[in-house]
Amino acid sequence: MVRILDERRQQVYRKGQGSFNMTCEKKSLAGAVSQRACVFCGSRVVLYPIADALHLVHGPIGCAAYTWDIRGALSSGPQLHRLSFSTDLREMDVIQGGEKKLYNSLVELIDEYQPKAAFVYATCIVGLIGDDVDAICRKVSSEKNITVLPVHSEGFCGSKKEGYRAACDALYKLVGTAPADGVSRHSINIMGDFNLAGEIWLIREYYNRMGVEVVANITGDGRVADIRRMHAASLNVVQCSGSIIHLARKLEEKYGRPYIRVSYFGIEDMAKALYDVAEFFDDPVMMEKAEQIVRSEVAAIMPEIRRYRKDLVGRKAAVYVGGAFKAFSLVRALRLLGMRTVLVGSQTGNQDDYRQLRDMCDAGTIIVDDSNPLELCGFLKEKGCDIFIGGVKERPIAYKLGLGFCDHNHERKQALAGFTGMLNFAREVYATVTSPVWQFVRRPQPAQENKK
Amino acid sequence: MKAVHENTFTACRNACKLCTPLGACLTFRGIEATLPFLHGSQGCATYIRRYFISHFREPVDIASSSFDEQSAIFGGGDNLHRGLRNVIEKYKPQMIGVATTCLTETIGEDMPMLIRQFVKESQGDALPAIIPVSTPSYQGTHVEGFHAAVRAVVESLAEPGGRAGKAINILPGMVSPADQRHIKEIIEDFELPYVMLPDYSETLDAPTVAEYEKIASGGTTLNSIRGMGQARATISFGSTIASELSAGCLLQQRCDVPEYRLGLPIGIKQTDAFFDVLGELSGQVIPQKYFFERGRLIDAYVDGHKYVFGKRAVVYGQEDMVVGIAAFLAEIGIIPVLCASGAESGRLNENIRRVTPELTQEITVLEGADFLDIEQAAANLQPDLIIGNSKGYTFSRKLGVPLVRVGFPIHDRIGGPRLLHLGYRGAGQLFDRIVNTLIEAKQSSSPVGYTYI
Repeated sequence: MVRILDERRQQVYRKGQGSFNMTCEKKSLAGAVSQRACVFCGSRVVLYPIADALHLVHGPIGCAAYTWDIRGALSSGPQLHRLSFSTDLREMDVIQGGEKKLYNSLVELIDEYQPKAAFVYATCIVGLIGDDVDAICRKVSSEKNITVLPVHSEGFCGSKKEGYRAACDALYKLVGTAPADGVSRHSINIMGDFNLAGEIWLIREYYNRMGVEVVANITGDGRVADIRRMHAASLNVVQCSGSIIHLARKLEEKYGRPYIRVSYFGIEDMAKALYDVAEFFDDPVMMEKAEQIVRSEVAAIMPEIRRYRKDLVGRKAAVYVGGAFKAFSLVRALRLLGMRTVLVGSQTGNQDDYRQLRDMCDAGTIIVDDSNPLELCGFLKEKGCDIFIGGVKERPIAYKLGLGFCDHNHERKQALAGFTGMLNFAREVYATVTSPVWQFVRRPQPAQENKK
Repeated sequence: MKAVHENTFTACRNACKLCTPLGACLTFRGIEATLPFLHGSQGCATYIRRYFISHFREPVDIASSSFDEQSAIFGGGDNLHRGLRNVIEKYKPQMIGVATTCLTETIGEDMPMLIRQFVKESQGDALPAIIPVSTPSYQGTHVEGFHAAVRAVVESLAEPGGRAGKAINILPGMVSPADQRHIKEIIEDFELPYVMLPDYSETLDAPTVAEYEKIASGGTTLNSIRGMGQARATISFGSTIASELSAGCLLQQRCDVPEYRLGLPIGIKQTDAFFDVLGELSGQVIPQKYFFERGRLIDAYVDGHKYVFGKRAVVYGQEDMVVGIAAFLAEIGIIPVLCASGAESGRLNENIRRVTPELTQEITVLEGADFLDIEQAAANLQPDLIIGNSKGYTFSRKLGVPLVRVGFPIHDRIGGPRLLHLGYRGAGQLFDRIVNTLIEAKQSSSPVGYTYI
């Protein structure tokens, strides 16, 4: 059995064993090698894809260096987000304060790149050395006549979730700063999609074919001007709800714009995302179009998926992702491929999420919150999986154990959303599960090891 | 030669450096049964793990004390102690290397005191060695962090022994696992007993295993590090490292172990210097295997010399790697027209000058540069090729100049840890890659598309 630190026992549940009372939304345990990141990471993830904004990281060089162009968030126009800007604080700045450097950096970068807005990310030490980031942002805002928004993302002030919240707070300051006229009644914002490998383009196209106007992408292929008028959209369609739900709630409060939660992964969830929007607008023509899209798209991908399914039926999968909502979709998508999910977990899920996962999964499935490499390894071995679906930090664990792997995180360069994405996902799962290389990995052990 | 050190921008745009804790973590991953531990926010450990994993494609566990607001205000002692206890319980390490971060340095954590406290509170328990290293991210680069950790480990473990030992110390600096394996092979072929610190040739380039290891096996053993103070000599690679950061220097001062400080042995001249020292220390002539390897390398130089002669290269990355590559390029007829690094040791310029005496007029050295500085300078120099880590791909693509990937990190190709740079063999591989890159550029831009070149 896997060794679990005492303080983490309530963060692991095995379906069918004991009553369900998972603890989650806890701080990561010191020394546990959590797969989570920090507040800064959460903010950076959400805001990063806004392609015509300047993103300046205020702090020593690490935070900016490690987040330079690491995500596959595509832009159809400006590419400013793909540059990494840092105030690169040094020892003297730590002693004397970094305000002047921040000011100078902002001014020169705004002059050079003419962004539509600027985000300034405060990292761990900024408050400690006494920098008043808000004041500098206000000053540059008025001098340069451009919105400069502080993002309070000091790494230690919580987890990734607080970072999402800080990003949403910054975004919210832009909302409503441009007129809302000329927007169709049948309009939505696509929220919580980051346009990895062009996914948001796929989704937009489906909605457009249904006759729905998309006002703003939040934040994949995002533009400052769209965010300013996003309050005009009748409905907010929210994916990856952990990252952006805070903003959706604020829009509902202030502008009375409702939101629905969707997922674009897998046939079932993708279709539902279209139907739910048509249903919201209560428009039979739109619903008819949605059904047509689903019919034709599914018909186009199913023959190939069925071929893969033959070889994948009965295989076992493990899923460990950032948000629980994605985990739901993956469990369903894997089922479509004939596979069983025997381990599923997330970095940031809540009680309800985990209850839903429990209800979806078969008996014996392990459900885990904020896991770590050693635990994950233990679970994978215990369950004997064929594939592990996670992010880049999970990849070497899978490979070391001789399992297939699918990157379902932000670094992937392959669209996994939409109907096209489901086909790509099936191809990738098939490729990694049935690759001939595993015959060499799962080799017999040398004689001396067998003796142990 | 011009040494330029004026950034046009206050801000750093696309950094050509990483932060100090990253380097320290790499060193600790090269010590047997050792877990790196970052005293700071959770994000530092996670980002650095991700950065390593994308290069080495191996599991890299780094623990964190996972600071929260309370610890930032009242100190992170409790978090550190809890973290250490958890790491000891789960990983059962022989050593924990604790590196600080900008956060814990800024709030002034007294690491030795906190660790003493932990040891005192854990009386009766068998504890691993717990070695702190100060790595404020606002000071120096990952390379300084790497060397600081090597020095911290030596300082805390090595004892003077009047050069009674038979072994030599080898401090390779921040090179690839393949480089480390090759250095060990060479020294073994000279029949010299040695201690190499760090040694991540197995821990970060490991075979698949039947049983997952909590901490990948391999690495310099603690016992052998303890013996480094008795060594006959230390060979250290790297000419830009500050003396106060150099473990070789420390061993010389404290334990009277003479230090042979060499540049990274890239190319014939620098590898010859390394072999000369090995010959002197072992009393042996160059093993025949290397005599032939050297001969084959010279033969390759001759075969390829016309493809490379007079070509202009931009070289960037860690300072010692830049110096090593520049020396190598100079000896094959390529002009390293721009030698750049994000680091600011203040010794890059003089060292480039030292290894390329005939080319001083033609080389620009950029210290403390970011990638946009480098791009700008490169655009005016009409280079034929670019040599450095994968982060230069952005400007290589923009300028339409091919990139030969060396060093760390290589995030857009497979096999970074298997890249060999050192020794005659490494030079041979580099030479082939460089020549073929130039040939390929010529071939693909040719309207004819020759099949014989």
